Amino acid sequence: MFVSTEPSAVRDAAPTSKPSGLLAILHDWVVTVDHKRLGIMYVVTGLVFLVIGGAEAFLMRLQLAGPGLTLVPPDTFNRLFTVHGTTMVFLVGIPIVFGFANYLVPLMIGARDLAFPRLNAFGFWILLFGGALLYFSFVGGDGLYGAGSAPAVGWFAYAPLSERAFTPGNATDYWNLSVLVTGFGTIATAINLIATIATMRAPGMTLGRMPVYVWTMLTVSAMTLLILPPLSAAQIMLLLDRFLGAHYFDTQAGGSAIIWQHFFWFFGHPEVYVLMVPGFGFVSEIIPVFSRKVIFGYATLVAATVSIGAVAMSTWAHHMFTVGMGGTLNSFFAASTMLVGVPTGVKIFNWLGTMYGGKLRFRTPMLFCCAFLFQFLCAGLTGIMLSVAPFDWQLSDSYFVVAHFHFVLFGGLLFTIFAALYYWFPKATGRLLSERLGRWHFWLLVVGFNLTFVTMHFPGLLGMPRRIYTYPADRGWDVWNLVTTLGVPLQALAVLIFIVNVVYSLRRGAPAGDNPWEAWTLEWATTSPPPAYNLAALPPITSRRPLWDVQHPDDPDGPHE
Amino acid sequence: MNSIASRGRAGVIGFIVAETSLFAVFVVAYLFYIGKSPTGPYPKDVLELPILGTICLLSSSVAVALASHALAAGRIARAGAWLFVTVVLGAAFLASTAQEWHRLIAERGFTIGTNLFGTTFYPLVGLHASHVILGLVMLSLCLVFVCSGALTTVHAARVELVSWYWHFVDGVWVVVFTVVYVVGR
Repeated sequence: MFVSTEPSAVRDAAPTSKPSGLLAILHDWVVTVDHKRLGIMYVVTGLVFLVIGGAEAFLMRLQLAGPGLTLVPPDTFNRLFTVHGTTMVFLVGIPIVFGFANYLVPLMIGARDLAFPRLNAFGFWILLFGGALLYFSFVGGDGLYGAGSAPAVGWFAYAPLSERAFTPGNATDYWNLSVLVTGFGTIATAINLIATIATMRAPGMTLGRMPVYVWTMLTVSAMTLLILPPLSAAQIMLLLDRFLGAHYFDTQAGGSAIIWQHFFWFFGHPEVYVLMVPGFGFVSEIIPVFSRKVIFGYATLVAATVSIGAVAMSTWAHHMFTVGMGGTLNSFFAASTMLVGVPTGVKIFNWLGTMYGGKLRFRTPMLFCCAFLFQFLCAGLTGIMLSVAPFDWQLSDSYFVVAHFHFVLFGGLLFTIFAALYYWFPKATGRLLSERLGRWHFWLLVVGFNLTFVTMHFPGLLGMPRRIYTYPADRGWDVWNLVTTLGVPLQALAVLIFIVNVVYSLRRGAPAGDNPWEAWTLEWATTSPPPAYNLAALPPITSRRPLWDVQHPDDPDGPHE
Repeated sequence: MNSIASRGRAGVIGFIVAETSLFAVFVVAYLFYIGKSPTGPYPKDVLELPILGTICLLSSSVAVALASHALAAGRIARAGAWLFVTVVLGAAFLASTAQEWHRLIAERGFTIGTNLFGTTFYPLVGLHASHVILGLVMLSLCLVFVCSGALTTVHAARVELVSWYWHFVDGVWVVVFTVVYVVGR
C-alpha cells in the first residue's frame, strides 16, 4: 500500500511533473555522500540553529533590559540560557566549523571526497538527530512540574546539580543524549578529516604546502579525538548515575562534587579552541588574498596553530579557580593559560604582517576579518586578565566572563564565519553575495555587537552575576543592561540582512566565475559550483599558491619558500 | 601500499586514539575513587585475579596476528584456523568475565549501586567487555567469510585492521588488569 501511494506523492509534491521535482531534489540531498553537499547541509543547519539560539538570547536580553522585569519567569530563564549555550556550541559552532571543513578540505588538498564519505553522511545526520533531541525536550522532556520542559542545568550541566536527586524529570537526559550523539558524529568527522589529510593529498601537496586552513583543521581534528571522548565518558557516567543508581557524582555516597567539572572542562576548554582555530584558518586564507600578498610567516603560523592545540589541552581548570583547587594547581593553570596567549599573539602579528604593505581590498570578507582582529584581540586580553587567579576569584561567574567569551565566540568566531561565508559562497553557489547588503550586514553587526558586548563587561565589573533572571534597581547595573539589550536588535537586523542577501543573491547575484577573488588555493581552480568530482585535472603543485604559479609562470612561488 | 588501505589505516588509528581517551577517563575515575567508598565490599574482599581469562585474551592477540600474516601470505585455510583460535580464546575471556560478574552480582549481591567501588568497577570492566564483544563479532564475520570462501588474500589489509583493533582491546585489558586487580586491590 505504501509503495502504491508513492507515485502520487511525487506528483503532488512536485508541481513540475518532471522526474527532477522537489521530492527528487530532496531525495538527492538526503541520500548524498558528497562532501560538498554535506558541507552545505552542515553550514545551513548551523545557521538555522544560530537564528534559534539568537532568538533565545534576544528573549533573555529583553528580560534583563531593566530591573525587576517579569517578561520571562525564572525557570524559563534557566532553560533559555541552558539551551542557548548548548545550541551555540554544539549545534552552531561545531556544525559550521566541520561543515566548512567538509566542503573545503578535499578541494584545498586536491582530493575528490573525504576518506569515508558514508561515515561523513552519518556524522551529519546524527548531529541533526542530536539537535532534534535537544529541542524535542521542549515538548517531551518531563520536567519538574510534569509538563514538557527544556533542560535547566546550564550548558555545562555541573554534577551533582544534574543528578536525579536535584534535577528530576527527563529534560537533563535529553540534554545528555543530544550532546552525546552529536559528539559521536563529531568524532567520526574528525577521524575522517585526519584520514583525508593524511592520505589523500594530491601529488605535490606536501604538508609544508598545505593551506593554513587545512593545518588548522588537522590540529582541531586531532584535538577532537582527545577531548570529545572524555566528555562522552563523563556523560555516560551521568547517565549511569541517573538511570542505574551509580554514584560517580553522588556526594552522599562519597562521590566527588568537583570531578565532573574536571571532566567537562577537559573537554570544554579545548573545545573553545576547536571552534576558534578554524576561524584563524579562515582569516589566514582571506587576509592574504585581499592584501595581494603571501601569508606572512607561514611556518610560524603553522607552528603557532599546532602549539595552541598542544597547550590548550592543559588549561582547562582555569574554569575552576573558585572551587578551591589550592595554590599549586591554580598557579599551573594560570601559567598555562597565559602561555596559550603566546602562540595566539604570534598569529595576530602574522595577519598584521600580511596586511602591512599589501594592496588592501576592503571587500566584505576582508571587513569581517578586520573587525575580527580588533575584537579577538580584546577577547584575548580579557582572557589574560581572567587567567590571573585572584582576578578570576573576583569576577568568575560574573557578566565580565560572559562578555569575555562572547567576544571570543561571537566577536571572534562568528565574525570569521561570516567572512568565510562571504568568501566561499561564490564558490559553492556560483553567485557573488551583494557587496552593498554585505556592508550593511557588516556595519550593523559591528555596531550591534560592540554595543552589546563591550557594555556587558561593566555590570560584570560591578558585581552582576551571570545566570540571574532579574536584578534590583539599586545596584548601578540598570543603564549598562539597557544599553546591552539595545545592541541586540541591531545584530538581529544584521543577520536578517544577511539572510535577505543570501536569498537575493542565489537568484540575482552576479555570476562568480571560477575565481572571483583572484585567489591562489586549489578550490578556485575548478568551476563554481564545483562538479561532483571536484577537479578534473590538477594544476602542478610546486608551492603553497598553485594558482599563482599558473598565472605567473615567470615568477613562481617555489624558489621563495 | 594502495590508497584505500592507507585510508583505512589512518581511520583505524584515529578511532583507536579516540577510544583510548574514552577509556582513559574511566580509568582515571577508577583510580580517583580507589579507597573512597564509605562502605564495603572493597576490592580485596570480592575480587580474584582473572589469570586464566587474561592468558586467553593475551594469547588471542598472537593468534590474530598469525591469522593476519597467513592471509597476507595467501594461506587462507591457515588464516581461518587462527581466526577460529582467536574467537575461541576471546570467547573464553568473555566467559571468565561473565563468571566473575555472576559471582559478584548473583552470589554477593554486589552491583553498580552498592558503593563507589561498584560504580567504577562495572563500567570500566564492562566497557572493555563490550569492546571484546564488538571485536568478536568482527572476527567471527571474518571467520564466516573464510568458510564461505568470500574472504581472500585481497582482503588481507582489512583483516589486518581488525587485528589492530583486537590488539588495542588487549592493550586496554593490560591497563584495566593493572588498575583494577593489581593497584586497586
